Amino acid sequence: MSDANSPAHAPMEIDPKLLEILVCPLTKGPLRYDRERQELVSEKARLAYPIRDGIPIMLVDEARPLDETTKP
Amino acid sequence: MTSAPIVVFDRRALRAHRARARGDDFLFAEIAERLVERLDEVRRSFGTALVVGARRGLLAAALRGREKIEQLVDMDPSETLVRAAGPLRLVAEPDLLPIAPASLDAVIALPSLHWTDDLPGALVQLRRALKPDGLFLAALFAGETLKELRSVLIDAELAEEGGASPRVSPFADPRDLGMLLQRAGFALPLVDTDTLVLTYRDALQLMRELRALGETNAVAERRRGFTRRATLARAAALYAERFADADGRIPATFQVAYLTAWAPAPSQPKPLRPGSAAQRLSDALGAEERDGSGAARRDLPSPDDPG
Repeated sequence: MSDANSPAHAPMEIDPKLLEILVCPLTKGPLRYDRERQELVSEKARLAYPIRDGIPIMLVDEARPLDETTKP
Repeated sequence: MTSAPIVVFDRRALRAHRARARGDDFLFAEIAERLVERLDEVRRSFGTALVVGARRGLLAAALRGREKIEQLVDMDPSETLVRAAGPLRLVAEPDLLPIAPASLDAVIALPSLHWTDDLPGALVQLRRALKPDGLFLAALFAGETLKELRSVLIDAELAEEGGASPRVSPFADPRDLGMLLQRAGFALPLVDTDTLVLTYRDALQLMRELRALGETNAVAERRRGFTRRATLARAAALYAERFADADGRIPATFQVAYLTAWAPAPSQPKPLRPGSAAQRLSDALGAEERDGSGAARRDLPSPDDPG
């Protein structure tokens, strides 16, 4: 990969075209792309949806609940 | 007033079934072709289209060679299936739609909405995700689907186990679907159905195929655990006895409803307000207007008029 900071097995990046149209399935509010953790974060729902191999997993029961300490 | 939502499907069971699905989805490929035929009738091309229940990207395959849609986004609740789709793809449920309002030019749904707990809710969310005058085109399994299997399973279970539980998913009645689209705020809804009859060696092969399609029972109230061997054997025997053709093969009916509707836009034709007509129908027909009793209407000149 061209990015010098990327680890040996760089995660496949999510397509920016998807980021344009995705919202939180619960609140329909905006999502923040956490590139490092490969998550889409819904602050309003306090949930982080995983991205696996560039595929966003927008399922509530697969999302990680945000604990109080991980403020943006 | 709050009431608990009615949970018809066990979502985890459903996703597990879909994950098990192998490559042999002839039925869905056929339905994708028929959806594309309906899309061909629309004299317009589309920018971004969301494919609901995309499985492994069957719609892209059916669209090959056409320039009808610029960009497909494949969506499916099964991560395993959607991994083979794409390049744009996501994992999501249609009734918890993660798509921004007015961001799509079209929504095309392969059969999958029959697994949705909240079909009206899913339709509203999909309509909101469409831009004005965006197209909604969906295929759904309707009421007659697997009618043979449904009847023999119930009879076999009654005979072998002294009771019956849901074994085949409930399917929507096509007559309700137009109303459902209207209530979800769609304009110009259209519903048509066609029937596919596939034949199988026997009922056990049919059930294996359904399993391979990821379409086995995920009804939340199904009996946990396996259907008893004796019940399955009885069902297979009943199926052959009642439905087998001359060669001993058995038919399975799939009734597919195709829904077409549009996100409302000011440019669309609308029905006129009642009473706003500028011409009398009776004038156009050269007929005399009469009320239900057969008497001529009073506001029309009649021989009895004193003036």
